[in-house]
Order: sequence, then C-alpha cells, then structure tokens
Amino acid sequence: MIAYTVRRLAYGFATVLGVLTFLFALFFLYATPEDMARRALGEKAPPQALEQWIVNHDYHHPLLWNPDNPGQTLIVDHFRRMLTFDFGRSDADDVLVTRRLRKGVGPSLSLTVPLFVGGLFVSISLALFVATFRETYIDRAGVALCVFAMSVSILLYIIGGQFLIARVLRWFPISGFDPSPEVIGRFLVLPVFVGLAASFGEQVRFYRTVFVEETNRDYVRTARAKGCGDGRVMWHHVLRNAMIPIITRVVLAIPFLFTGSILLESFFAIPGLGSITVDAIHENDFATLRVMVFLGSLLFIVGQIATDICYTLADPRVRLE
Amino acid sequence: MSESLLEVRALHTSFPQPHGRANVVDGVSFDVNEGETVALVGESGCGKSMTALSLMRLVPKPGRIESGSIRVGARDVRALPVTEMRRVRGGDVSMIFQEPMTSLNPVQRCGRQIVEAIRLHHAESKAEARGHARDLFGEVGIPDAEERLDAYPHQLSGGMRQRVMIAMALASRPKLLIADEPTTALDVTIQAQIIDLLRGLQRELGMAILLITHDVGVVNELADRVLVMYAGRIAEEGPRRDVLASPGHPYTRGLLRSLPGVVGPEDRLEEIEGVVPPPAQWAHGCRFSNRCPLVFEPCVETQPERFRLSDGHGAWCHATKRDGGGAR
Repeated sequence: MIAYTVRRLAYGFATVLGVLTFLFALFFLYATPEDMARRALGEKAPPQALEQWIVNHDYHHPLLWNPDNPGQTLIVDHFRRMLTFDFGRSDADDVLVTRRLRKGVGPSLSLTVPLFVGGLFVSISLALFVATFRETYIDRAGVALCVFAMSVSILLYIIGGQFLIARVLRWFPISGFDPSPEVIGRFLVLPVFVGLAASFGEQVRFYRTVFVEETNRDYVRTARAKGCGDGRVMWHHVLRNAMIPIITRVVLAIPFLFTGSILLESFFAIPGLGSITVDAIHENDFATLRVMVFLGSLLFIVGQIATDICYTLADPRVRLE
Repeated sequence: MSESLLEVRALHTSFPQPHGRANVVDGVSFDVNEGETVALVGESGCGKSMTALSLMRLVPKPGRIESGSIRVGARDVRALPVTEMRRVRGGDVSMIFQEPMTSLNPVQRCGRQIVEAIRLHHAESKAEARGHARDLFGEVGIPDAEERLDAYPHQLSGGMRQRVMIAMALASRPKLLIADEPTTALDVTIQAQIIDLLRGLQRELGMAILLITHDVGVVNELADRVLVMYAGRIAEEGPRRDVLASPGHPYTRGLLRSLPGVVGPEDRLEEIEGVVPPPAQWAHGCRFSNRCPLVFEPCVETQPERFRLSDGHGAWCHATKRDGGGAR
C-alpha cells in the first residue's frame, strides 16, 4: 500500500514534468516575450518600455540555452517557478498571481461546493428512487426526464433562470457577488440552482445505470430472500457495492471544485477562479493562464491517485500492490 | 400423512418472450410436508428455479406470477402484503442459492450479513445477534467461528461460503429451506460435505427441505420424495425409491440413464437427444413429445393426465397410461 502510493506519486511527478514541458512549448514557442510585451502595453509602446516590461517580468533570458550562465534561461525559470509555486506577477496588471488565486478561490468554492454536495445528494437519491422502481412507468418517466434535461444546453438554463427567477419573479439578483455572510446566500442560490438543473440529468442517468446493474446481482436476491425490504436492499447493500464507480466520478471531480466553474462564474459575475481564467484569456495574460493550466493538471493527477486509494476503502477485494 | 407445510396449486409464472408472454412455470402443483425433503429435478431451463423463486415472490422482473395459489402454513403467500411477505422470507421460509461466490454481499463481513438476517426477524441487540451468529457458524461446521465472522466472503473457500449461506438461512429456524442447486458450484468432495451437513441439520431441526437440483446423485442422497419437472410442468412425482427404481415417465428414465454408475462400465452413457426447447417452442400436447422415444398420436395433440402408478407415485404420460405402467 505505502510502496504503491510512493510509486504512484513518482509517476504523478513524472506526469507533472511532462505537463510543464508541454505548457512551455505551448506558451513560449508560440509567443515571444516581445509579443507578450506588445500585447500588454499596446502596439504603439516605445521600444524602451517593451524592454523594461520584459525585464520586469523575467522574460529577458534566452529561451533554452544561455552560454554565459546555463541556469538563466526561460525554460529553467519556468520549471523552477511552477514547481516551487512561485508564480510571479500577472502579465496584464502586475498583480501577484498567488494573491489573485487566493482572492478567487473563496468565491469559486462557495459556488462549487454547494453545487457538488447538493448535486451528489439529489442525483444519488433520485437515482436510487428510480432504480427501486426499475421497469415501471416511474423509472421510464424518470429516464425520459433525465434525457430531456441533459439535452438542453446549459446556456438555456442560465439565461432562462436569470430571466424567470431573477427578472420576472425577482426572487434573487440576476448576477453579482458579495462575500459577507448575511448576503452571500442571496447571490449563490440562483447559480447553484441553475448548475443543479443543468447537471442532474446526466448524473441521475449515470447513477441509475450503476444501481440497476447492481440490483441484478445475486447478493441482492440473497438479501431479499432473508427478508430485507426495498429501502434496506438499496441503502445497505446496493449503494455500498455501487461505491466503486461512484468514487471514480466523485473523487476525480473534487479537485475541480477549486478551479471553479467557468460558465457559471462568468454569467453570474462571481469573481472566482473560473472568471480569472476567462479574464486571463481575454487579456493575453500568459503568466496567469499558465498557472491555471498547471494547477488544473496538478489537481487532476492528485485526484487520480486519491481515487485509487479510495478504492481500497470501498472494496475489501481491491488490494494495491 | 402429516399436515402439509407448503401447498402449491396450479402455479403459473410467466416471462415475456419475443411473441407475447409465456408461462415458464405452467400449472405446477405439489405439497411439501413438515420435516420432509422433496427434490425438484430437471434439466436447465425446465422452470425449477423459477418455481422456487415464485414461492418466495422473488421472481425477477419482468417475470411475474400469473395465477395459482401458494400456501405456507396458514398463510396465503400470494395475498400477503409486502411487509408480511418480508417476515416469511428468511423467517418461516429460507433460501440458499447455487453460487456461493456471488450470493454473499462482497463488501460486507460475513458476520454482519448473518447478524442482519437475525435482526430482521428477532429483536436482538447487535452483541446478542453476534453471539447467536457464532453459534450458527458452529452449527454449520465452520471452524474458528470468531475469526470467520470478521472475514469477507472472498477470503473464504467455496464450501465455507456455502456454509455461511446455510448459517444465514438457519438464522430464524425456518420450517422450510429452499435449496436451489446448493452443491452444483462446488467440488465433489465439498459437495458430499454439504449434503451431509444438510442431512444432519434436517434431522436435528426437523425442517422441511425443497431441494432444486439437476443432479440425480444428490436426489438419491437426500430426498424423501421426487418431483420431476420438464418444460414448466411436473412430469412425474413419487417417493424417491419408486421414482428412481421404477420411473414412470420416459423423461425420468432418460435422466436416470444419463447418469454414470447406473450403467455398466463398458456401456456408453445414454443421453436424451436435444435440449429443453425455449418456451416459445414448447410442444402443444405433451411437452416432451418432440424428444420422446415413445411418442404416439395423442402425445402431440393433448396434454397427458396424471396416471397413478402406485401410492403417491404418478406420471403424466400417454404411453405409460396406454401400457398400464408396464412399458418400463
């Protein structure tokens, strides 16, 4: 188990190095420091200002090879910064990227965590419910509703929700965000609700398939034969056995709670990490964008390792060697 | 004869087929008396497992019981509300299954599964039930009961798992144990042990056993009475000795001839030509008519009636009736 974890972490580290190499190629071979400076300062900026900007942002070293000092190259700098989490300043407005992340993670989590927990609870309960009534009209109606819900674009949920609930009914504000505890809820209800509506169809369908597959297994028949009722069979036997596919999905999703929801945050003007990513793209902010891509990959790799370890907790037959 | 514990009359259970529903159990009637072992014998696909599941109202969807009556003790099983039915399952009537590998919940410890069975039917604390479970493990011959209670099913051998299943079924001292192919998935030596165990338990506890099997050897070891089933119907019934020594139905004779040991060492084993056809292709008259060596006109046209061979021994066969039971 420990040996396995160490090995997985080593593989994970190798993957991170690969991601960083790829990122470097993507950003610095595509755009030269002069391009970045010109985009940040404008086409008409004087050459001295461009020069100064490049030096300020540490982009003045050679790309891959410096004959005078092998350590002073962009690629070495890139790896050193990313691996030590020393992310430097934004290309757009010179704010420290770390400070920006710290400001954005709170609003992101306040949206994604309720959405994640609520979505999990709602879709697993609904899926257990329809799976209990499989092969009846309740099940068929449920599946039809899910397919319909997942066929509608998330944009329609967002715009429809904003129009109906915020504009016509005036229950909640259309968009905006205020982190003070008294009012934060008012701003979050609508995006969370819209997020739930947009995602439950696909989730319920997935969990239902998992549960129905489990309910056809022999041990379920045994449980019924010893006198378990439907509810007990579902919650005590099926749910626990369905944990493996559920864990894969859930644990992998957790890291992305931190990166926020790009669409919901930008439509509802929530200043989270998703908005920061979108802004970075608009403003040609390579420094911020590079960090967001790097952190996303890092969280994904961590999530995968965590998933494997969680398997052993859910299923006594799984042994990590 | 003692009061019958289980009484099944004209049971019909159907499954959807490509062209409408078909009765895979088609008018089955039989009794099981208290303390008696009745074997339900037949090839795969003849409806014996569905008969057993119908008794517990556990026919998997989309199958369903169409008609007939099932009585256990004083209870009319088909009329019971669901909550009452749950009290029967694992209470008066318990069931064990063919696959001990997959029939136990793989992610729960064995002890917990037994404790659940006990607590579903008796108001016991968890600690009491655990002690009770340990006793049950002793009763079914599981050594190191305390350790095995904490084992997961995959840590036990096939024979041990079947013992765990039996212990679970015994949790509330059932009056009837339905054993659906209890030894089929096991090694021959383990089979013998499980058969011995069942026989011993029955003697000790006085419960009735309805044994579902395709293995005539197991029938010979355990059964008091035999029901031979073919394509959803009973073909022959009678005391074990009579049915095995002087079978009255050509299908039973075919089954017995295909057994090693009944014939001499140089003889080739005989087989019944073909397999049980799917329900859509079941013959109109006698279901066995399209595989039967004795087939003649009435077999194709009309369903045979029960022909009495001796006390409690009868066969549903036109040829046997024609020959007065002498064509054997």
